[in-house]
Amino acid sequence: MAPLTTSSITGLRPATTFRERLDVPRRVVFIAALSMIAIVVVMLGFITWQGVQLFVSAHVAPGSLLSATWQPDSTAGAVTFGMLPFVAGTVGVTALAVLISAPLSVGLALFLSEVAPAWARNIVQPALEIFVGIPSVVWGWLGLTVLVPWLRENLSGAGFTVGFSWLAGSLVLSLMILPTITTVTFDAFRAVPQDQRTASLALGTTRWQTIRHILIPAGLAGTLTAIVLGMTRAAGEALAVQMVIGNRPVVPTSIAQPMTTLTSQITLDMGNTVFGEPWNDALWTMSLILLVISITFVVLVRALNGRRRFQ
Amino acid sequence: MTTSSLPRPSLRGAASSRRAVLVDRIATGLLWAAGAFVLVILGAIILHFAITSAGVISPSFIFGNPSSTSLGGVGPLLWNSVYMLVLTMLISVPLGILAGIYMSEYASEGRVTNAIRFAEEAISSVPSIVVGLFGLIAFVDVAHWGFTALGGALALTIFNLPLMSRLAEQALRAVPADERAGSLALGATKWQTIRHVVVPLAIPGIVTGVILTAGRVFGEAAALLFTAGLSTPTGYNFANLNIADPRSPWSPFRPATTLSVYIWNINSEGIGQYVKQIADGASAILLAMVLIFNLGARLFGRILTRRLTAA
Repeated sequence: MAPLTTSSITGLRPATTFRERLDVPRRVVFIAALSMIAIVVVMLGFITWQGVQLFVSAHVAPGSLLSATWQPDSTAGAVTFGMLPFVAGTVGVTALAVLISAPLSVGLALFLSEVAPAWARNIVQPALEIFVGIPSVVWGWLGLTVLVPWLRENLSGAGFTVGFSWLAGSLVLSLMILPTITTVTFDAFRAVPQDQRTASLALGTTRWQTIRHILIPAGLAGTLTAIVLGMTRAAGEALAVQMVIGNRPVVPTSIAQPMTTLTSQITLDMGNTVFGEPWNDALWTMSLILLVISITFVVLVRALNGRRRFQ
Repeated sequence: MTTSSLPRPSLRGAASSRRAVLVDRIATGLLWAAGAFVLVILGAIILHFAITSAGVISPSFIFGNPSSTSLGGVGPLLWNSVYMLVLTMLISVPLGILAGIYMSEYASEGRVTNAIRFAEEAISSVPSIVVGLFGLIAFVDVAHWGFTALGGALALTIFNLPLMSRLAEQALRAVPADERAGSLALGATKWQTIRHVVVPLAIPGIVTGVILTAGRVFGEAAALLFTAGLSTPTGYNFANLNIADPRSPWSPFRPATTLSVYIWNINSEGIGQYVKQIADGASAILLAMVLIFNLGARLFGRILTRRLTAA
């Protein structure tokens, strides 16, 4: 007999009346679920349409986007819509945030899954849930009033100051993505069968040897998935990053430099430009790039782990 | 059985195993440090806002109107945050639950289900600023609404819907198959079973999920910048109950700057000598709301589980 799964259970009694055969509830819940597909299609359609206006109606050559020069203001001379600073900024700030956050998050996940006694887990897990809930403007405001002044006072050397910078943006993001990476990695470690730990420990290994040689290899796919999910959140974060990164459209050469990202530039310029002008079109092209990046991450997560669901 | 209850290796043995034990001790210490780190950071954040907001938070700040010459208050912005939250939840909770019912009770493996899952994941991964931009085209521009609370709520619905649907699906899937079989065996139709057996049993899980997502919606700002607007309200006349009147605080067709958007906006404009105090106070309110939503979700979930399972 087939196992009793939720969707395999149908009514035992055949539908008799017209109303039962019409099965309105089934149609209604189906439409509700389909609405998510509709949202994606319409959103992709609108953003793509607006995103290509830069090439279609403003006649900007797609190749010129690879330039490092961002000069969108037509009243200040010849315009160039080089997007390299923004893409490099988004990639850079995301990469550094993950480099800082991933070791810490994996350590935290290992702590929760392997080391922590129940009482410690019961404190740290709710704390993480509160962490997730802290709004991004609050993170940005903390970065602006606590982190940036701290960097300026403590890391600035002779002849240079560190304040609004790549580093500041990545540090704020590393805290914001910490719970995301931790929870997904934690699930991966939890999914490792208890027998494998017992077998390893029975061979006389220490707990760390078991973690190092059994858990980390077994949880690798889950950890990578967690990191990609963290990158998705980091690359898409707008306000917190914009408040601390310095907003300078240059390709950065040092983590102490101010720079900018796709999301920061959109946030800053969208309100100051007129719908339909090339500068505005360029911002829509940036959002199309962001959309492509995030869909790529979804596909990547699916490839990494077929069953893992996006968070 | 947890790993901590397993026997630890003894300290006796070869020098290499003594070294392994030492490494294990150090690693354990580091993992504990990771756990402590989260608590220290969260504690520091809460303490920071408790101190910085101490001289700011007062009834006149929480309920008063913004002022350009004195500290003023954030009453209308707090009202907008609550109004927007209720409006968003009114749309996204029913829709999300219906979609969750489909995914849990009706969906069979296949192309359509797979497409819905992909859409769910894709929407979750889209940066909220891009969702806001989509709202800017769809509601502000194409629909000619201008900046409205409804446009903002619909943008928030887009990014809340996949979350809500997944939470509902998980809660419904957690209902034992026997409950469904029992109901169907009594001659109930599939929909009667869902409506009277499955959904009621899943309610504690759904309610907990709703409260947790409410915290996220409350703090969201990026999706609202270009949909609900950035204008600072001067004060509301709550006696004006005409919801068709854009001056009424009850109307969904009026610009509605929320508390989180306000924090970002006063910062980017940077005018007025009270920016720091207002942002500190407003951040403290947002943080307090996150704590309240989290504790509320826990408490409510516990009470409902007790009441529904004891019956």
